Amino acid sequence: MIVVDTGNHIAALAAKMAKPHVIAAYPITPQTTVVERLAQYVESGELNSEFIRVESEHSAMTACIGAAAVGARTFTATSSHGLLLMHEMLHWAALARLPIVMVNVNRAIGPGWNIWSDLNDSMAQRDTGWIQFYASSNQEIFDNVIQAYKIGEDERIRLPVMICYDGFILSHTSMPVEVPKQEEIDDFLNEYKSTWQLDINNPITHGNIVPPEPYLEIRYSMEKAMKEAKKVIEEVGEEFGRKFGREYRLVEEYRCDDADYVIVTMSALAAEAKIAVDRLRDKGNRIGLIKLRTYRPFPHEYLKYDKMIVIDRAFSPGLGGIIYSEMEMDGKEVYGFIAGLGGVDINYKDIEKMYEYAKKGKDGWYGIEVK
Amino acid sequence: MIEKTAISIPTEGAMGKTGTWRVFKPILNKEKCVRCWRCWVFCPDLAISRGDYPVIDYEYCKGCGICANECPTNAIKMEREEK
Repeated sequence: MIVVDTGNHIAALAAKMAKPHVIAAYPITPQTTVVERLAQYVESGELNSEFIRVESEHSAMTACIGAAAVGARTFTATSSHGLLLMHEMLHWAALARLPIVMVNVNRAIGPGWNIWSDLNDSMAQRDTGWIQFYASSNQEIFDNVIQAYKIGEDERIRLPVMICYDGFILSHTSMPVEVPKQEEIDDFLNEYKSTWQLDINNPITHGNIVPPEPYLEIRYSMEKAMKEAKKVIEEVGEEFGRKFGREYRLVEEYRCDDADYVIVTMSALAAEAKIAVDRLRDKGNRIGLIKLRTYRPFPHEYLKYDKMIVIDRAFSPGLGGIIYSEMEMDGKEVYGFIAGLGGVDINYKDIEKMYEYAKKGKDGWYGIEVK
Repeated sequence: MIEKTAISIPTEGAMGKTGTWRVFKPILNKEKCVRCWRCWVFCPDLAISRGDYPVIDYEYCKGCGICANECPTNAIKMEREEK
C-alpha cells in the first residue's frame, strides 16, 4: 500500500507496526507530531501499547530503560535539546544492552535558538554505544525503524538503535511511502526475547558495582557487538530486500564504479548529492556518491576511493567536519566541506559547486570560507 | 547470554569477603543484651543471625556500627580492629 505522509507520521506508523509494548516520549519541535500520532493510535485502540507521558526526555529514556529491563519492546522519539538531555541515559541503555528504538529528528542546538536541520545533536552521541541510522527519504525512515528492531534485538547485538532524519526537510515533508501489510511486518520481526530481565520471581540486581577488570570486559563486549552489527545490518538489509523489494547495506553506492571523485555524505544531503551526481555525469564528469546509512558502526571499509569529497552537516569545534575527521586518509585525497548548519539550504547546485572547488584543491566552510 | 552487562544474582559473598573492609568491630556483651533483636533487624548486610543471642558473622560484617547505634542497652561496643 502507498501512503503519502510526513516523515514524522511515517516514523509513527512504522513504530506502530513494530508493536512496541511501551512508548514513553516527550514532545519537542520538530519531533512533536511523532508523539501526537502515536498517542492517537493508543487512544483509538489501534495500538495496544502502554503510553507513558513523562516530564522530560531524560525521564522518557529512563522509562524506556525500565520497560526494556523487564523484557518489553520499547519506542521513543526526540530531537536536539531533548536528545542532549537524554545523554546520560543513552549510555545507560547501551551499557545495559537494551535494544530500545528511538527516532531523533535532527535539529540544531542553541543558543541561537534554531529549529532547523543540523546533525550535531545525534552525531555528538556517537560514543554512547547506540547504532545510528540516517535516512534520506521517508521510505528509508519507515524501513529503518522496522529493521532497527530486528538488528537491535538480534542476540548477537543487543544494542539500542537510533534512526535520525532531518528536521522539516523530512519530518514535515509528505512523500509517498510503500507500507507492507501488518502480517508481513509481524512475519519479518521475531518476537523479542530478552536475555536478562528484572523478574520478581527470579531476583537480580542490574547496575550493581562492577570492579575494574569485569568493567573492561563489559566495554569490550559492546565493541564486539558493534563490529558484529556491521554483518547483522547487512544480513537484515538483505532479508528486508527479499521480503519487501528494497535491499539495504551499511552504505548506498551510487555510480561509483568508474568514478574519479566520490562524494561521501548522509541524511537529506545525500538525496541532493544524488541529483548533483546525475547532473555532473550528464556533463561528462566521472563522479559517484557513497551515502552513509549507518554512522555507528562507521563503514570505513566502503570509503576506499582515491579522491573523496566529504560533506558534513555537523562539526566538532577545534577539529572539523565530523565524518571528514573520522575518514582514513592515508594515501587519499579527501576534501571536507562543512555545510548547511542550522538548516542553511544546501541543494544539488551547491554540491556541484563543492565538486568544482575540490577539483581546484579547495575545501572548508561552505558559504563562508568557500562561496 | 552473549552480551556482558552489570547484573548480580543475590548470593552470599557476591562481592567477596566484605569483613575485610572493617575498621571497627562490633563486640556483643551478652550480660547487657536483652535479646530484643533490633541489631538483627537493622543490620544492612544480614551479618547478624538469631541464635540464643545475636551471632555476628565477621566474614561479612563491614563494621558499619548500625547495630551498636540501635542497641537500646548499649550491649554492642565498636572496638578498633586489630590487624
